[in-house]
Amino acid sequence: MANQEASKTARDYQELVKTKRPGKPVLKNLIYAFLVGGAISVVGQGIQCGFMQYGMSAKEATSPTTVVLIGLGALFTGFGWYDQLVTRGGMGGTLPITGFANAMVAPAMEFRSEGLILGVGAKLFTVAGPVLVYGLSAAFVVGLIRFLITGVA
Amino acid sequence: MMFFWAFLVGGLICMLAQLTLDLFAVTPAHVLVLFVVLGAVFGGVGLYGKLVSFAGAGATVPLPGFGYTMVSGIGEAVKEKGVLGLLTGGLTAAAGGIKAAVLFGLLAALLFKPKA
Amino acid sequence: MPARKIGPGTYHTSRVGIKSTAAIVGPKEGEGPLRTYFDEIWASEAHQQKSVERAERMMLEDTMNLAVEKAGCGWAEIDMVLGGDLLDQIVSTNFAARRHQRPLLGLFSACAVFTEALGLAALLVADHHPTTVAVGAVSHHMAAERQFRFPVELGYQRTPTAAWTATAAGAAVVGPAESGDVVVDGVTFGRVVDWGSKDPNDMGSAMAPAAFDTIKQHLMATGDVISDYDAIFTGDLGVLGVDLLQALGKKEGLHFGARLNDCGKSLYYLKEQDVHNGASGPGCSAGVFAGYLHHRLLAGEWQRLLLVATGALFSPTTYQQGESIPCIAHAVSLGRPEAPRP
Repeated sequence: MANQEASKTARDYQELVKTKRPGKPVLKNLIYAFLVGGAISVVGQGIQCGFMQYGMSAKEATSPTTVVLIGLGALFTGFGWYDQLVTRGGMGGTLPITGFANAMVAPAMEFRSEGLILGVGAKLFTVAGPVLVYGLSAAFVVGLIRFLITGVA
Repeated sequence: MMFFWAFLVGGLICMLAQLTLDLFAVTPAHVLVLFVVLGAVFGGVGLYGKLVSFAGAGATVPLPGFGYTMVSGIGEAVKEKGVLGLLTGGLTAAAGGIKAAVLFGLLAALLFKPKA
Repeated sequence: MPARKIGPGTYHTSRVGIKSTAAIVGPKEGEGPLRTYFDEIWASEAHQQKSVERAERMMLEDTMNLAVEKAGCGWAEIDMVLGGDLLDQIVSTNFAARRHQRPLLGLFSACAVFTEALGLAALLVADHHPTTVAVGAVSHHMAAERQFRFPVELGYQRTPTAAWTATAAGAAVVGPAESGDVVVDGVTFGRVVDWGSKDPNDMGSAMAPAAFDTIKQHLMATGDVISDYDAIFTGDLGVLGVDLLQALGKKEGLHFGARLNDCGKSLYYLKEQDVHNGASGPGCSAGVFAGYLHHRLLAGEWQRLLLVATGALFSPTTYQQGESIPCIAHAVSLGRPEAPRP
């Protein structure tokens, strides 16, 4: 009985919290995510076109473009700018490949104080790890299904 | 024109990710995982490839492009090596990005200190 | 006169005085509205230390040294040290104690630890065994971030309910009251309250019920009413938490009104410094009390103050496992020199 009363108090309180909690500025967030994400993509497109000037096909240029973007993301993270970009741009900064670089470089810098092996080495994938694990697994499953259906992946 | 589509598509994908983050009680990590998986799935059914062909970096720079890259890597590897390609293709295609991130991560750890 | 138990967790204490306080804060806190009240403002978060944990430890050491110095005594005259911090195994408190070599009671109640220590010190001093007790609490933004959330350089959009862990330390020396001392006249140790909040980015709404419970217990036991206090300061409920506490009070006929304020709301310019809900961390209530609140009492601007530090007692493991967040609040009532005491 006492438990029921306690859980009712808790439920009522959570309802109250819902009415008082300030909402996220969703519209503003969406606009900034669009602008920042779009801008980073355009930078990527510019780099890709640069590589294509040297005779690469669009497909061939994708991989070196990724590497350059990751370098830029790492540099911005090092200077302490990338987290500020994401504060405004949200997913517009997190979702592009530069955000992936940020997710690896930030823990690497942070855990330098625990040494190169147990700090940097062990923590490098703390944030990016899940993306790789599930990205690779999903790609495998999708590839397998396609292989079973079509005979070629 | 390519730049316009890159901006529009890249921006829209990020906006969709932001919407997922703001509407549901999930962390950014959950959104990243969801989008890389979506990239692999849409890559698998051939839709993401179409997006890449007209939006260029707008589709390859956001994280779903990473999932797409891995799936198309598997496709190519299976053509060359058969079934074993299912295991080697994904990581091979993503190798450049991952290795670059590892190296830059190490470098940054040596050169920079975190600021508040 | 020994402390007298007057309620489930409430004690009346007499002749317990605050001999001195000291507060040191980081650069961001040093740009906030309370900047003139702190003894020292660090120019950088790292303070030339090779790790942020060392910086946090040093901030506590320096603050406690300063408090002891301002009390006009040496460490040798401190009978007991009480305090805590947020880091695993309360390393800052424990490591800082290597230097002063005084008996140590390390405490943990997250951000509520300063009033837990101050309350215990009052009980110890009231009973005259031991007579002089130093209390201190510290938090460091970057050290807390990397333990509880993410690396600081990781891009991460804070939600509007998120708090900013303060880089701050506050300390006080408590002893037998002499003329002119701010006195501690009552203490209520809170119980754990958990009304089912789960969001680690919204600790204000998780902690508000604990603060309410402790304030209610305190008023019931002492017979005080809200208007007996010039100010009631909670620890780090922030904007949302204070709003909820006002609402909880109204439901039960306790109208706090403008007397209710919060250390976390006071430490920064909330909008300009982009800290959303406000400051948090053990150093928040400790620093704001030791710098600002104690000053207002000492200057005679307030007669009586109820300080209610609030703590969210969760760990990264428990919230990843989906557990709700148990919270606690401890209250200490303080009076101006020569103020009429009940």
